[in-house]
Amino acid sequence: MTTFINIQLLYLIIALVAIMAWVGLNALVLVYCERKFAGHIQRRPGPFEVGPHGALQPLIDGLKLMGKQLLTPDGADKVLFWLAPILSFVPVLLLFVPIPYGPVLTGMEMNLGILLILAFAGFNSLALLLAGWASNNKWGLLGAARAVAQAVAYEIPMLLAVLGVAFITGTLNLTEITTMQGAWPWQWNIVLQPLGFIVFLVSAFGETNRAPFDLPEGESELTAGFHTEYSSMGFGLFFMAEYAYMVVVCSVCTVLYLGGFKGPFIDGWWWFLAKTYALLFLMIWVRWTYPRVRFDQLLNINWKWLLPLATFNLLATAFFIKL
Amino acid sequence: METIRRNILQPIKDLWSLFVGLKVTGKFFAMKQVTVHYPRQVIEDENLKSYAGHIELVGKPKSPSIPKCISCQMCATSCPSGCIKVTRQKAPKPTPEQQKAMDEAKAKGEKVKKPTAPKNPAGFMLDYSLCSLCGTCVEVCPVKSLRFSNDIYLVGRSRDDFKFDLLERLRSQAEPGCPVSEKKQQARMTDGNHG
Repeated sequence: MTTFINIQLLYLIIALVAIMAWVGLNALVLVYCERKFAGHIQRRPGPFEVGPHGALQPLIDGLKLMGKQLLTPDGADKVLFWLAPILSFVPVLLLFVPIPYGPVLTGMEMNLGILLILAFAGFNSLALLLAGWASNNKWGLLGAARAVAQAVAYEIPMLLAVLGVAFITGTLNLTEITTMQGAWPWQWNIVLQPLGFIVFLVSAFGETNRAPFDLPEGESELTAGFHTEYSSMGFGLFFMAEYAYMVVVCSVCTVLYLGGFKGPFIDGWWWFLAKTYALLFLMIWVRWTYPRVRFDQLLNINWKWLLPLATFNLLATAFFIKL
Repeated sequence: METIRRNILQPIKDLWSLFVGLKVTGKFFAMKQVTVHYPRQVIEDENLKSYAGHIELVGKPKSPSIPKCISCQMCATSCPSGCIKVTRQKAPKPTPEQQKAMDEAKAKGEKVKKPTAPKNPAGFMLDYSLCSLCGTCVEVCPVKSLRFSNDIYLVGRSRDDFKFDLLERLRSQAEPGCPVSEKKQQARMTDGNHG
């Protein structure tokens, strides 16, 4: 029994270390892609001078960020102020555990994998609230208030959309959801749940505070929102967490709607990565296309459109399953 | 019916604009970039020649290493920033023969012919760090011996890098194959790619 537990533990530790490396690597790659995309859309080259075609730019940026002074504002609540970025980043590592990257490449197969992800993703809004509150800055507080209002609002249609998939598959286990889908695009859940997919995708933008829903950090009105007062790695952790959440959301979307690691010819992590990155590139593309929405518009989209649509989708799914 | 149209159908129709937006940025993404990678590339543009940098001397048409300048000091006196310093050439010391001739003339009571100083200046210093580029010196010059240079790539690492000896500059410009000579500069403009 003890050996069994130890092997499990060892496996989990290896998975966590791999996840940390994966999160770090992803942050670097995504920052680079994001800046290159932004550049090319605006007909600039993007980062170009550090390394071949600027490939080392994110690394140098990271080093610069680490080299900066850690400042705590005078009126800030010191404990909460430094707890917030850690609280934002640490749960991220847990979110990757149940995601099936390949037939065997899963941190840990769980019966309630999707529930774990949704539950711990909620930590982020707590971290943002703490960050904004503890920095004793009105922009920070406003940003935090927005972040929470937004996260709470967009959590609901997202959950309803996930529930639609759970209804048709009858499980919350991400590996099982994947294996129930076929290799070819017309065998994926997106065909059965097109409305759910759209609702999930839009909510994902809201959940990850990405443009056009990036109101918690709207530069034009809030300087930087909840992370106004953060310097150095305090900001760095928020930044890494933001990109990690993007990857998680896109991975979950891949698993739920796009067949996960299943793909034509040979199943494997390459299909998973290709689909996830396609979604990430879509997110980047969208960010550099649409202007930021106003806050009332943001909530109107959610309560007047996404929520009724998600509910309708769920009811229709339930109806057809009973049929 | 009208309410449904306005509140439900119209917003759905409007969603199309999202795809239009994505198409626009997607098209721009695929387009050629407009950025010029400066140290590796320079731009080819006639307009760069109208750039007014620091002033420089204009050489005489027949001997380009000697400026048209007559050391009248008009530029130096009109300069509001006092950044121009022109020194006149001293009259050459008379040779023994000339001295002899002068003495003889003096003894005879005739008009003494002293050797005169050449008009072109002995030194023409510009402190560009003080210059406000007002162009008064260029306007006031009676012999049109001053003009604006048009090297847009001028850089320096210290204040002293902007103290120019314009005579020296003119001499080096007159030499064939010098880095700042006009021909070379023009070639650089048109060839558009230099190290």
